[in-house]
Amino acid sequence: MRKTALNKVFELAQNNKNVLFVGSDLGAGVLNDMKKSIPERFLMEGVCEQNIIGMSSGLAMEGFLPYVNTIGTFLTRRCYEQIVLDVCLHNLPVRFIGNGGGLVYAPLGPTHLSTDDFAILRVIPNMSIIAPCDAYEMGHLMDQSLNWPGPLYIRLARGGDQLITDKFKKLEIGKALIIKEPEDGLFITTGVMTQIANAAIELLTKDGYKVGLLHCSTVKPLDTKTVINCVKNSKVTISVEEHSILGGFGSLILETVNEKLPNNKGKLIRIGLPDNFSKNYGDQESHLNHYGITKEKLYLKMKESLNVYK
Amino acid sequence: MQSLDKRSKYLRSLIVEMIEVKKGGHFGPALSLVEILRVLYDDVLKINPKDPNNPKRDRLILSKGHGCLALYSILFDKGFFNKKILSTFCSFHSPLGGHPEKGKLPGIEASTGSLGHGLPIGVGIALAAKLRKQKFQTFVIVGDGEINEGSNWEAFMTASKYKLDNLTIIVDSNKFQSYGETEKVLKIRPLKRKLESFGLNVYEVDGHNVQDLRKVLKLVKKKNIPNAIICNTIKGRGFAFAEAKAEWHHKSNLTEDNIKKMYESLK
Repeated sequence: MRKTALNKVFELAQNNKNVLFVGSDLGAGVLNDMKKSIPERFLMEGVCEQNIIGMSSGLAMEGFLPYVNTIGTFLTRRCYEQIVLDVCLHNLPVRFIGNGGGLVYAPLGPTHLSTDDFAILRVIPNMSIIAPCDAYEMGHLMDQSLNWPGPLYIRLARGGDQLITDKFKKLEIGKALIIKEPEDGLFITTGVMTQIANAAIELLTKDGYKVGLLHCSTVKPLDTKTVINCVKNSKVTISVEEHSILGGFGSLILETVNEKLPNNKGKLIRIGLPDNFSKNYGDQESHLNHYGITKEKLYLKMKESLNVYK
Repeated sequence: MQSLDKRSKYLRSLIVEMIEVKKGGHFGPALSLVEILRVLYDDVLKINPKDPNNPKRDRLILSKGHGCLALYSILFDKGFFNKKILSTFCSFHSPLGGHPEKGKLPGIEASTGSLGHGLPIGVGIALAAKLRKQKFQTFVIVGDGEINEGSNWEAFMTASKYKLDNLTIIVDSNKFQSYGETEKVLKIRPLKRKLESFGLNVYEVDGHNVQDLRKVLKLVKKKNIPNAIICNTIKGRGFAFAEAKAEWHHKSNLTEDNIKKMYESLK
């Protein structure tokens, strides 16, 4: 997924002379082809995210389309005020490609866990946020990012993610994807939580439960209409996110349903990460397992909930 | 020290007019800037108030956005907006906020107010001009207190890396910040040597001397080296009661008597 995203930047840059790549001291060899082919639009900066975002804003003011890439936490936290004021207040088309969304960098510890990005970015006016679930979807959404108005945050997963969207023709920024029509239950997901929920649905189906899956590649602006249409027909909706339970995707779904569907009779349940710093290392999978975000746990939660709220 | 000429006093009178509306504002930090902005707009910047978005225009960013009263004063004087707007300073629907905002008024290149933002933006603009082989110049005015912010030092290194000789960083060195003297709050000097060590072509000038400012602003240019001009100024300049006094950094609830004394100082 990361490779797809970065290769797409090069591809877009080859076809549009305004596209720039801006990196913050990334690993050696990143986008070497682009560096060789169009070195003037391959900007590898030092470890100075505040300046990088301000500089990218200046470039965008002059008509460039900077794609800024570094580790998600460094791209969102260190330079938060630059994102708010330089980029979003001026409503500039700067694209933020955040590596390691969620728990990808688990072995590197809490400094690298990007588990608050949705929460801190979605409160910024003009900001849009996407979290594709696989490389196929990433490719489509990257193509569309070229003409997306205003700032855009692109959350990257680990890579090598199971392809799940390749059978769908229409993948768009701003549109939620019904992977399986909602029935009694509904999982509503973003990023690679979609694959986990999909695997849980396979288990549930074997047991005779009818559960749908709505994948929201775009967290902001949320495809409210599709979300509401799916939620209103489900007895149980479970949101799943690789993000703090506070302020992120599940909170957004709760807010949206509360506002747009005040008489909703279905049960809404949020699954996400607890409000604490991880004390563990290991890997992404062991963290997800620790926090109960596995196909087995999702299966059990949905089954149990459908039995209670039938 | 030279006394202020008629034009410098006139530009200050416009500042007092705006202050009078709100009975407050960032007074001291605007007054150290008046001659810097005057010389830039009178003699240096290639701009046209009737065509404020011309792609060939020079860009000026007031990174120390709290000095906006001086910027509004010169923009009004140059015809970017009319007198009626001048009398709305900080009112609910006014385009003249307590810090300048792009899009609210023609001639404002970037919204500033939080310190340490204007220079990285200016670096991006100057870099864009280099990439597109455009001739316009970019000027960024920072305060000496503002240089406390580390983002400026990141930007100095980046300007130097990209050899942005089309960028001029102007430091309004009035030696004061909100709490007190810059050297006591956070020592930033010897500033010239520090900036030179970051790869900048540095000049130092009396920031209230119009002739000297003209000379240095027209002179600056060294191939492949970004320029910096340290303008030695006085916070509150032109108003004896406010000169070099930290308590005049920002004022609110000014009285009729305060305003009267301001006008009297300009006689």
